[in-house]
Amino acid sequence: MKISTNITGPLGSNNPVIVQILGICSALAVTVKLEPAVVMGLSVIFVTAFANLVMSLLRNGVPSRIRIIVQLVVIATLVILVDQVLRAYVYDVSKQLSVYVGLIITNCIVMGRVEAYALGHKPWESFLDGVGNGLGYAMILVIVAFFRELFGSGTLFGVDVLTRFGYTNNSLMLFPPMALIIVGCIIWVHRSLNKDLQEK
Amino acid sequence: MGLRNLVDKMKPTFSKGGKLSFLGSTFDAFETFLFVPNTTTTKGAHIRDCNDMKRTMIVVVMALIPALLFGMYNVGYQVGMTGFEAFWFGFLKVLPLIVVSYVVGLAIEFGFAQSRGHEVNEGFLVSGLLIPMIMPVDVPLWIVALATAFAVVFGKEVFGGTGMNVFNPALLARAFAFFAYTPQMSGEKVWYAAVDGADAVSGATALESLSTSGTLGVHAVGGEPISACDAFLGLIPGSVGETSTLAILIGAAILLFTGIASWRTMLSVFVGGLAFGYLFNLLGVTAYPPYLHLIVGGFAFGAVFMATDPVTSAQTDKGKYIVGFMTGALAVIIRVCNPAYPEGMMLSILFMNALAPLVDYFVVERNMARRNRRIKTVK
Repeated sequence: MKISTNITGPLGSNNPVIVQILGICSALAVTVKLEPAVVMGLSVIFVTAFANLVMSLLRNGVPSRIRIIVQLVVIATLVILVDQVLRAYVYDVSKQLSVYVGLIITNCIVMGRVEAYALGHKPWESFLDGVGNGLGYAMILVIVAFFRELFGSGTLFGVDVLTRFGYTNNSLMLFPPMALIIVGCIIWVHRSLNKDLQEK
Repeated sequence: MGLRNLVDKMKPTFSKGGKLSFLGSTFDAFETFLFVPNTTTTKGAHIRDCNDMKRTMIVVVMALIPALLFGMYNVGYQVGMTGFEAFWFGFLKVLPLIVVSYVVGLAIEFGFAQSRGHEVNEGFLVSGLLIPMIMPVDVPLWIVALATAFAVVFGKEVFGGTGMNVFNPALLARAFAFFAYTPQMSGEKVWYAAVDGADAVSGATALESLSTSGTLGVHAVGGEPISACDAFLGLIPGSVGETSTLAILIGAAILLFTGIASWRTMLSVFVGGLAFGYLFNLLGVTAYPPYLHLIVGGFAFGAVFMATDPVTSAQTDKGKYIVGFMTGALAVIIRVCNPAYPEGMMLSILFMNALAPLVDYFVVERNMARRNRRIKTVK
């Protein structure tokens, strides 16, 4: 298997959000605007990549009985690091993201990749796998946030796009249910393009 | 018959292998709309009956007509007209809503049926008329179009089309419009049609003033207080089809006489609403008579035409009583306890739509447990 599939796989046929249906909770919560969604995506890329790297380096030294605790310590450390950096440099976005940065610890994608991949693969491959899965998550977040901000507020990254044409904001887009429907639509389009993913 | 010949002549073009075979479902829909289909059931148990889904839907549409006609008259009456002038004014205001709802909904329905190779279903005949009837008269047409599209795609087609939907599509359309475009769907401005050359009339609906002041409020034209009789007849501001409890009851009679709607659901919705109306009265939360709940707002309309929807309501007889009672009760609870939503009927029916399968499940489970016990006793 080529290493490049570690990056491309999660972007397409093995996407963590729309194929494995992981990390939905935060995808609903942080996608009202594009800016927090992008920041959240970058944070998760960082955490998955380095959690995979560190756990892969430690994989031969950690007894499997206590591996979950070790994983949690590593992931939690990374998340706290991210949280502090966000507070220091992008305070406004950090406030908008509120608890959801801290909740990256419980994001199934991070733990899932460490368990399923990093514990059995070499550091560089694991790092790429983490980057790939983080990117796959971030991609969906940005797509959802794009539609929600565009149709819910008429803006993109806070810049007025639709309102100047007399667009009336659709406030349902600002509610989480609409994010779920958009994720559903992405899955719909994705599955009709990838026939092998369709369940019988 | 000329028409029959014409249809037969066109048939090969649309059948498999024909030039326009990709429009087969569309042709099929129009053929069965014009003539009774000449196919017969070959497998399984079946009942000999002249009734099919098209006839069922047509009866419901007929039952909606009294409320619709009265609603048109009322649109004119609310801005100070009387007689035929009022009806004609309302007719011209309401007709575009109906046209938009049918055109958008049927276009999507035909599109989906065609791309999936299904027959076109008649389900939208009723939904398409219900949607304009539960909208305020002054709602912009593009909201109606958008709400209809949303309801048909996400309420019906993603679940597999007519008969597979979890939620009532018409109510979903209203819920979409209500949450997405709240200022255009509620408040004081939207319940009266704009009259050319005069200042727009504005005022709260009877329902809103009931929840804020405990009275039915005053007529916007004339300023006299609204009586319970006015509310029963429907001479109050509100969505197009919901105001006249009398006209809705005529519709209910048609539905019950033909056996299309379930009297169990209908009755228990009213009982549930009344029971909780009295309860709130006893607790001292509300001071107005509980029966007012049944005649203002969309309570009667929802109870007769929406809660009884055979697809989204409960399927078992006991389940119908339970779901119906809870629908009525919940509607009154939302009306009384949540000042943000003076109209609880929409939310309560949608909520019970989601709960109905669960209620059915427990009713069936209990029945099975009871019969199992009986087997044990016999042994």
